[in-house]
Amino acid sequence: MTPDQTSDDHPISSAGIGFRILFAFGPVGLLSLLVALFISFGPAGVFQAGFPPIEELDVERITFEPDQISLHVVNGGPEPVTVAQVSVDEAFWNFSISPSNTVDRLQRAVITLPYPWVEGEPLAFAIVSSTGIVFESGAEISTITPLPDRNYIMTFALLGVYAGLIPVLIGLLWFPFLRNLHDKWIHFFLSFTIGLLLFLGMDSGVEAIEAATEVASAFQGFAILLTGLILAVLAIAGINNWLDIKNYGNSKASFRIAYAVAFGIGLHNFGEGLAIGSAYSTGLISLGTFLVIGFAIHNTTEGLAIVSPLSKTSLSPKPMVFHLLVLGFIAGFPTVPGAWIGGFSFSPIWSTLFLSIGAGAIFHVSWQIWSSIKATNSNALGNPLNILGLMTGLILMYITGLLIVG
Amino acid sequence: MVLDKTEKQDIEPLNNKDIDGSVTTTNESISTSDYYEQLAKKAIPHPPLKQSDGISRRGLLKGSVVGAAGTAGMALALGNSQARTSTTQDLDFGEEDLFDHSHDFAGTVGDIDIDSDFDPMVFLQQFDFGTKSKLDNGQTVRDYNIVAVDRDIEIAPGVKFPAWTYNGQVPGPTIRATEGDLLRINFSNAGTHPHTIHFHGVHSPKMDGVFEVIKPGGQFMYEFEAKPWGLHLYHCHAVPLKRHLHKGLYGTFIVDPPDGRPAAREMIMVMNGFSTQFDGANTFYAVNTVAFHYAKKPIPVRVGQLQRVYLTNLTEFDLINSFHLHADMFRLYRTGTSMDHYEITDTVMLCQGERAILEFTLPEPGNYMFHAHQSEFAELGWMGIFEAHE
Repeated sequence: MTPDQTSDDHPISSAGIGFRILFAFGPVGLLSLLVALFISFGPAGVFQAGFPPIEELDVERITFEPDQISLHVVNGGPEPVTVAQVSVDEAFWNFSISPSNTVDRLQRAVITLPYPWVEGEPLAFAIVSSTGIVFESGAEISTITPLPDRNYIMTFALLGVYAGLIPVLIGLLWFPFLRNLHDKWIHFFLSFTIGLLLFLGMDSGVEAIEAATEVASAFQGFAILLTGLILAVLAIAGINNWLDIKNYGNSKASFRIAYAVAFGIGLHNFGEGLAIGSAYSTGLISLGTFLVIGFAIHNTTEGLAIVSPLSKTSLSPKPMVFHLLVLGFIAGFPTVPGAWIGGFSFSPIWSTLFLSIGAGAIFHVSWQIWSSIKATNSNALGNPLNILGLMTGLILMYITGLLIVG
Repeated sequence: MVLDKTEKQDIEPLNNKDIDGSVTTTNESISTSDYYEQLAKKAIPHPPLKQSDGISRRGLLKGSVVGAAGTAGMALALGNSQARTSTTQDLDFGEEDLFDHSHDFAGTVGDIDIDSDFDPMVFLQQFDFGTKSKLDNGQTVRDYNIVAVDRDIEIAPGVKFPAWTYNGQVPGPTIRATEGDLLRINFSNAGTHPHTIHFHGVHSPKMDGVFEVIKPGGQFMYEFEAKPWGLHLYHCHAVPLKRHLHKGLYGTFIVDPPDGRPAAREMIMVMNGFSTQFDGANTFYAVNTVAFHYAKKPIPVRVGQLQRVYLTNLTEFDLINSFHLHADMFRLYRTGTSMDHYEITDTVMLCQGERAILEFTLPEPGNYMFHAHQSEFAELGWMGIFEAHE
């Protein structure tokens, strides 16, 4: 008998409900009282530290305008930080800070410096707090920060279409080839897809870890990362449930997996878009032909990953084309909004979240595909063709990844 | 604690209005001759420093450049324009300003709190001659009180440094005597660590302030004859030595020649630096502790009047420091132990603990910059301006 049934079978009296509420909220009330007492009467002597507070101020973003630089800072430490002086390239410099010199815990501020910066050169900044703590940061390259104007929006919309959407759609065109292949070759391509996905998942995961280390400590980058990973797994499970309601006949399971793959790759591409946008706006990459071509080739393989689970489906051409377009859009398009957001307001917090969601989704999908192979062949792991497929997927991603050099 | 100004050996604290150009600013004439007394009488009142009554249109213009920048930025812009008022008047091209005023943007932002703390402008010309008395044999005795005390000092606007100080200030008081005087320095340690005072100059090794380290709460009387004449220094010699110096336990020790030096307006400049992170690299540099202070509040100087700078290098971590004067040259007297100048130059390099007397006369009105010729030190605070008036 579960507790739920208890309440159904034996309706409790109103006094019982009262007690239950008391027991539910009593500890919360006592905790609130403790916190209130602590705040109003101060800590017991032992907690009064004599040493200076640990201050933390992180520069999240540096933007360049003609003869002006802005440092976007966030206080990720336990205490308010008062900005006293700022130096640029080891020279104290005039600055203003808004909204206030004192940045409270978890609050943000913008430091503006009138500065004759030199295009293309690195620049170091040091923020000195009132207690003499120095927070150092730097721009690897000084270059005008793109404004969120039409030109920028168009540039990244086109980049997203060329490098994200079209290649994925091209990859989907392998669908007719994959249809009605012999089971062992289907398993080869599914293994190949797992290889691709493991690479993408790892790539997302590593980038998420990198982004998490840049998150101000109070925002707990690694907690965000873990949350994102688990959220992704649950979200895909939820989407699978939702898709269960729709009826795709025998192909149901295959479509579920294909949509999950598209969703995971979409999140990955969104995270990748964030990274491209911010790298472009901080001058770290130029959108050269080589970069775009690299992305295009890399992303074409993602299309293949989406369609391989569909090789056994039997849907009439018209709805099939529709599904393929939707799948391609889900996987490829998120590069565009990712790049927009990354370019205008890069924040390691969002990068961590989206990249970890992407990683979680991709790993989860890899597992799903693996399960589908195992369902038909219990000895799938030892099969040389499957091993070859997986390794080919990994190596192909590695090689196409080499093409993406900013 | 003997930090009360009234107990400071009868030195009258100088007001800002007094500090612009009076000669050898002290209420006491030096015993060795009537020399300084005569000088004091001869001293001609300095023309009043131009006040920022009218924030000039130029000032407002500059203010508005930084205007969006907020009040802190405004303060600096106005401070600088005030400094330039006298020279820029006839160079004002109106709206079409032909000059790039990028210097206006360099430096620290805001002002230090000089009312409650150390005023570098007062320190610049404040000498501690001690309490004077005479022995039966006619020898002059000078008694000084020096107390070591921990104190947070403001080394740049808004930046506090947890210093160890002599008499609550960094650098410590400038101890001045004439060669042959008997000095009795009553040292008490009101700090939290053992300290000493180690004087440079000639004295008994028993009075060297090295081996007899004074514990917190302890006292010691350093007693020796002031010799040889020249420019010396004093500092704590407790270990770890680097930390005790860097935290602020040092000062200038001037021994005047029996016949004095030629009449001049005299200034004390101690080149120092502070590593606010205690990582062995100075975060701020200055003369007399406060970064950019004399750049933002230029030192008034009378055209044609002989200027004498007692320059000491007490910078830690960096092996050398330097002094460079713009638009003029100075006579250099190394360690001040000879009346013949060593050379005429515009830049002098000093090792840690090295010192020199600089003499120069500014020929025409205007702003004469001076700073370390290590640009890095200059831009991290070791920069100043002499503002010469007729």
